[in-house]
Amino acid sequence: MMDSELSILVRGIGKRYKIGSAQQRADTLRDLITAQAARISSRLRGKGRRSSEPDHIWALRDVNFEVKRGQALGIIGRNGAGKSTLLKVLSRVTDPTEGYGELRGRVGSLLEVGTGFHPELTGRENIFLNGAILGMHKKEIAARFDEIVAFSEVEKFIDTPVKRYSSGMYLRLAFAVAAHLEPEILVVDEVLAVGDADFQRKCLGKMGDVASSGRTVLFVSHNMSAILRLTQESIVLDKGRVLLRAPSNEAVDFYLNRGLSKMGERFWEEDEVPVSCAPFRPLAIRILDKTGQVSDSVRSVDPIQIEIDYELSEDITGLRVGFYLFTTRGEPVFTSFDIDSEQLFREYTARPAGVYTSRCTIPPDTLNEGRFLLGINASSYGIRRYFQDDQALSFSVDASGGPGTHWPESRPGPVRPVLDWNIERKGGV
Amino acid sequence: MAEADLTPTAQIVTLKPTKGWLGIDLKELWSYRELIYFLTWRDIKVRYKQAVLGVAWSVLQPVLTTAITTLVFGVLLKVKSDGLPYPVFALSALLPWHLFQLSLQKSSVSLVGNSNLITKVYFPRVIIPFSSVLAALVDFAISLVMLFISMAIYRIPLSWNVFWILPLTLLTVLAALAVGLWLSALNVQYRDVQQMVPFLIQIWMYATPIVYPITTIPEGTLRYIYSLNPMVGVVQGFRWALFGGSPPDMTLLISSLAVLLLLVSGLFFFRRMEKTFADVV
Repeated sequence: MMDSELSILVRGIGKRYKIGSAQQRADTLRDLITAQAARISSRLRGKGRRSSEPDHIWALRDVNFEVKRGQALGIIGRNGAGKSTLLKVLSRVTDPTEGYGELRGRVGSLLEVGTGFHPELTGRENIFLNGAILGMHKKEIAARFDEIVAFSEVEKFIDTPVKRYSSGMYLRLAFAVAAHLEPEILVVDEVLAVGDADFQRKCLGKMGDVASSGRTVLFVSHNMSAILRLTQESIVLDKGRVLLRAPSNEAVDFYLNRGLSKMGERFWEEDEVPVSCAPFRPLAIRILDKTGQVSDSVRSVDPIQIEIDYELSEDITGLRVGFYLFTTRGEPVFTSFDIDSEQLFREYTARPAGVYTSRCTIPPDTLNEGRFLLGINASSYGIRRYFQDDQALSFSVDASGGPGTHWPESRPGPVRPVLDWNIERKGGV
Repeated sequence: MAEADLTPTAQIVTLKPTKGWLGIDLKELWSYRELIYFLTWRDIKVRYKQAVLGVAWSVLQPVLTTAITTLVFGVLLKVKSDGLPYPVFALSALLPWHLFQLSLQKSSVSLVGNSNLITKVYFPRVIIPFSSVLAALVDFAISLVMLFISMAIYRIPLSWNVFWILPLTLLTVLAALAVGLWLSALNVQYRDVQQMVPFLIQIWMYATPIVYPITTIPEGTLRYIYSLNPMVGVVQGFRWALFGGSPPDMTLLISSLAVLLLLVSGLFFFRRMEKTFADVV
């Protein structure tokens, strides 16, 4: 039994997925039979089991931590580090394979807003349905109904089926229900990735309220500024293990400096890419300086080259590969895709299978000094997102020689353009 | 925002690997009764949305099936009907059968259809097939009214035995739930199940005395084996409760035992598979 000051206690938790079930699960009996037949025949031919390939992966291993009551704990890690699996185990969606844990009180999970929303039902009906799914009692929902509607700002459409909502309205309503959950432990995953800036601010405020009202919050986000604002302490996960637990500012620093690849180049191993991305497979992303060398640190006065290597196992129509540029605080700077230009857009409506490099140049005098994050996205607009990694690579920009650097001051803002100033004297004194 | 109940006595939830076979936790299920209610309510609400005829379908379906069955088996093939007007004979069996069929159709795909819930939120998974079976009861209630109307048209008197319909309906629901538990859990792993269900239902229908009277099957051992089909007891019981005649003897007992066996094994199987649902679905 844990100490009454604790809200969450986790000891040696591990979660193992069979590769057979997690990645290439047998969807039909036919697949199962073919797979079994292949295994038997390879055994008969004396090859035995493929010993080089393990048939399971540990998504979490030997995870230990505890959270005090009323504490907000951040969980940081790259995609695939085990964050989602950890939250799933804590919210009891899936059982751990090993280890032990205790949670004091009701766990409310916000693994994704709008879970269980039904498009045919009205806003009002969905509030009750979604509330019940998230573990609220009917009485609680009824008591908070007006508050939820007011928060969501969809009063006028509350009796309209949500399939007629704009995506913004839908998300606001979904978040409003979730934000009015009052469990002892709230588990939040990336909800702040939704909505416009105003609504995000409102959500952050609400999360802050939850934490300050004495509930325990577990908060997963790629948005480092949200982590810093909402949590005092964070743990850094990598490859299913806890690398560090520290005050959030230290954890964020550690993560940004060490958790990501350091040398200006990042490779994706085959097992790092979910099978669901196929036929797209990212191979590498790199930053090149003006001499064409891979570099982690580039100068703002030089052109900066970004290369993305990838492989298509089948032809894809409408594929665009590009990146998001973020500051390390998670604020977006800009987004660009390889077929943004009219001409390339027409030329590459369909890409045949093969290995590709999409290369682009950020012109000189674009970025300010500081550290930036590159996220990669490969999608067919309106059809499918094949792959996305919001933290594929980070790099530093040195602004020396750039505009205004004759003053030794740091300038706010992520960009440092050379602007065409002119000064006109309007007359003598 | 109100203060949460943070007394140290708040319930402690334990996380640990589950092993082996688990029973069903009725107390936990009871604490989730509101979720059962809302999911059932959702299934009912959504079923006939954006259908011009709406709830009228729950009346039309048995009426149309009865008409077709009467035409093919009653008029063309002249199947015996225990001396009853064929439409009433068929409808009395089609009612529980439709309940069973709809429950089975909905529950077998229910887990896969609700995979977004299963992978995101914890609750006892058995709630999902359970509420889809409950939702089918509403259609049943509506079509039951239809039956009484048609009996009035044919001037068939009712006896007190009509109240036997209630336990018989319960038996139907349990039978559908039992099979639904098996199929829904299997469907999570093998999507073949949902392809198989329509055939299963078709075969099952002909293995049940719906279009023909039970007297077609010779009494004795063969009848007992036949009664292992839970719907044999149900249909036989329904006809007796409504029209009198041969009371459901051993048939009903055997059918009930078959339901019990299916249900208990289904629950254990479901609970065993449950822990992998979120990882596999």
